[in-house]
Amino acid sequence: MKKNKLAGILLSVSLAAGALAGCSDSEKSGSDGDTIKIGANLELTGGGASYGQSVVEGMELAIGELNKEGIDGKKFKLVKYDNKSEAAEATGGATKLTSQDKVSVMVGAATSTNTLAQVQIANDKKIPLITPTGTNSDITSKDGKVNDFVFRTCFIDPFQGTVAANFAKDTLKAKTAAIYIDSSSDYSKGLAAAFKEAFTEGGGTIVKEESFVQKDTDFQATLTNIKSAKPDFVFVPAFYEEVGLILKQARESGIDVPFMGGDGWDSPKLIEIAGADALENTFITNHYSAEDPDEKIQGFVSAFKAKYKDKSPDAFAALGYDTAYFIADAIKRAGGDATPEKIKDALESTDGLALVSGKMKLDENHNPIKSASILKYVNGEQKFETKVNP
Amino acid sequence: MELFQQLVNGISLGSIYALIALGYTMVYGIVKLINFAHGDVFMVGAFIGFYSITVLDLSFFPALLISMAACAVFGVIIERIAYKPLRNATRIAALITAIGVSLMIENGMIFIRGAQLEAYPTNLLPSENIDIFGVSIKSQSLLILGVSLVLMMILQIIVHKTKIGKAMRAVSYDAEAAKLMGINVNNTISATFAIGSALAGAAGVIFGTYYIKIEPLMGVLPGLKAFVAAVLGGIGIIPGAMVGGLLLGLIEALVSAAGFSLWRDAAAFVVLILILIFLPQGLFGKNKREKV
Repeated sequence: MKKNKLAGILLSVSLAAGALAGCSDSEKSGSDGDTIKIGANLELTGGGASYGQSVVEGMELAIGELNKEGIDGKKFKLVKYDNKSEAAEATGGATKLTSQDKVSVMVGAATSTNTLAQVQIANDKKIPLITPTGTNSDITSKDGKVNDFVFRTCFIDPFQGTVAANFAKDTLKAKTAAIYIDSSSDYSKGLAAAFKEAFTEGGGTIVKEESFVQKDTDFQATLTNIKSAKPDFVFVPAFYEEVGLILKQARESGIDVPFMGGDGWDSPKLIEIAGADALENTFITNHYSAEDPDEKIQGFVSAFKAKYKDKSPDAFAALGYDTAYFIADAIKRAGGDATPEKIKDALESTDGLALVSGKMKLDENHNPIKSASILKYVNGEQKFETKVNP
Repeated sequence: MELFQQLVNGISLGSIYALIALGYTMVYGIVKLINFAHGDVFMVGAFIGFYSITVLDLSFFPALLISMAACAVFGVIIERIAYKPLRNATRIAALITAIGVSLMIENGMIFIRGAQLEAYPTNLLPSENIDIFGVSIKSQSLLILGVSLVLMMILQIIVHKTKIGKAMRAVSYDAEAAKLMGINVNNTISATFAIGSALAGAAGVIFGTYYIKIEPLMGVLPGLKAFVAAVLGGIGIIPGAMVGGLLLGLIEALVSAAGFSLWRDAAAFVVLILILIFLPQGLFGKNKREKV
C-alpha cells in the first residue's frame, strides 16, 4: 500500500516536471529566431484524407520555393497536425498549435466542418486561421458578423451553387432539377441552398429534394424516387466517397441525365469508385483546372510534377500552394517580425494578388473574389470546359 | 411499377444483411455469445479479398476462397485468445469482451493501413441489368441472393446432417453433458467460429464487389443491421437470419421510398426494439420457458 502511494507521488512529480518542461520549451513565439512557424491542421487520414494530403503537397512545394529567398532573413517552418477528418480532432489540433507550438498563422482544415470547429479558437487566441478549401460561408462571417481572424483562399459555397445553377440553365438547358444532399455536411447544405435559389430565380423548378448521410452505401431506393420525378439535371453537392457510389448506382438504375457537383467531387478516388462510364455527362465547378492554358497555372503544374513524380496537381494542391503565397504576401507587407495581429491586418488588405487560382481580392467578409472553372468528365478525366468570372 | 422496383432494391440490400446475419446467428446458436466482432471480421474479409485481387492479381472466386480461409483462421484466433478464457465467466463479461475485440480490430486496421478508403476494381463480375416490365434487376444482386441462399443451405446441412454439426448441436444443448459423452467441446466451438467467420469473409468480398467502397469502419453499421436481422428472424435459427435480413432490407427500401430516407437507419433499430418488446424469440423462434 505504502509502496503504491510512493510510486504515485513519484509518478505525479515526474508528470508535472514533464508538463513544466513542455511549457518552457514552447515559450518561444512563432516569429522568434530565424523561422516563421505556420501551423497546418489538415485531414491527413480519414474520409477527407485525399484533400488534406493534396493541400500539404501544394503547401510544401510553395514553402520550398519561398524559403529560397526567405522574408527579412527568416524562413518558413511548417508544423503539421493530422485531424483525422474529425471535428473534435481539428479543435484539439488548433489548441495545440496556438498554445503549445505558438505558430504565427494556422492553415486548415480542408473541409468546412473541420474548419468551423477551429474558428472559435482562432478568434480567442488572436491567431489568423486560413482555410485553403473550406467553402462554407459561415466560416468567415456568420449572421453579419465577421470572424476577425478567419480567412480563406477559395471562393465560397453560394458562388459554386450559383455557377452550377446558371450552367445548368444556360448551357445544359435544364428546366427541372433534382437535388440530392449530404445532410451531415454543412458544405453540402450551403451549395444546395445557393443552387436552389439561383435555379428557381432563373425560372427552373426543383422537382425533387432528397438527402442521405455520410457512410451510406445503398442509394438505390432514393434514386428510384429521383428517377420517377424525371428531372433534366441532378445536383449532388457532396463528397467523392458517396458521390462515387451515387453515380454508379444512378447510372445502373437508368438515370442518364447530367449530374453536377462542386469541388468535393475532386479526387482520383471518385473515378475508381464510380468508374469512367458512370462519370460521362457529369460536371463539377472547381477552383482551377490543370489544363487551363494560363501561363501561371502551367508553371505551377510543371513545378508540381517535377517534385511529386509526375503527379498532376488537383485544385486542393493548387489552393494549398496559393495559401502559402497568400500568407507570404501578407507577411512581406507586415514585416518578418510581425505579430499575428499585424499579419491579420495585412491579410485583410490583400488586393490584386496573382495566384494560380486567379487574381485575388478580399471582400469585407474575408471572402476572396475570383473566378471559377467548370470541368467535365470525359473518359474518367477532367477536361476544362469554361471559366466563369464573378 | 415503382413499388416493384423498390421491392427489388430492398431484396438486393436485404441479401447482404442476410449474408452477414447467417454467421452471426450461427455463432449465437451454438455458443450463446453475440459476437460483436463479426462485423469487423466482415471488414477484414473485404480487405483480404481486395488485396488478393489487386496485389496477387486473382479473380473473384479464388479471392473469395482465400478470404474465407483467412477469416476462418482469424475467427479461431479471436475465439482462442479472447473468448476461451471466459468460457465459464458470466454472459455479460463475454459480451463486453466481444465489443472490446470489435474496437480493437477496427482501430488495429486503421493503425496498420490508415483510415483511407479503397475501391474494388469494377470489372470483377459481369454487371448487366435485366429488365422485366420496366423493373430493372442487377445481375449482381441476383448473384448475392443466390450465394446467400446456397450458403444458408450448406449451413443447414452442416448443422443438421454432419457429425460436427451434431457435436455443435449437442454443445449448444448442454456443454457439460456433451463433454461427458466424449465430445471435444473446445474443438467444436472453434469449428463454429471458423465457419461463422468464413461466412463473414465471404460477405466482405461480395460487399466489396457490389458496393465498391471499403474502409476500416465499414463493418460497424452492416454488423449492427445484421444483428437486427438475426434477432428479427429469431437469433440462433439459420433460416430466420435469411428471412430477417431480407425483411429488414425491404423495410429500409420502403422507408426510403416513402421519402424518409434519413430515417432509414432509425427504422432498422425501431424494428429491433419492437421485436424485443413484442416477439423476443423472433419470427422463427420457439417460445422456450426458462428451466428452473
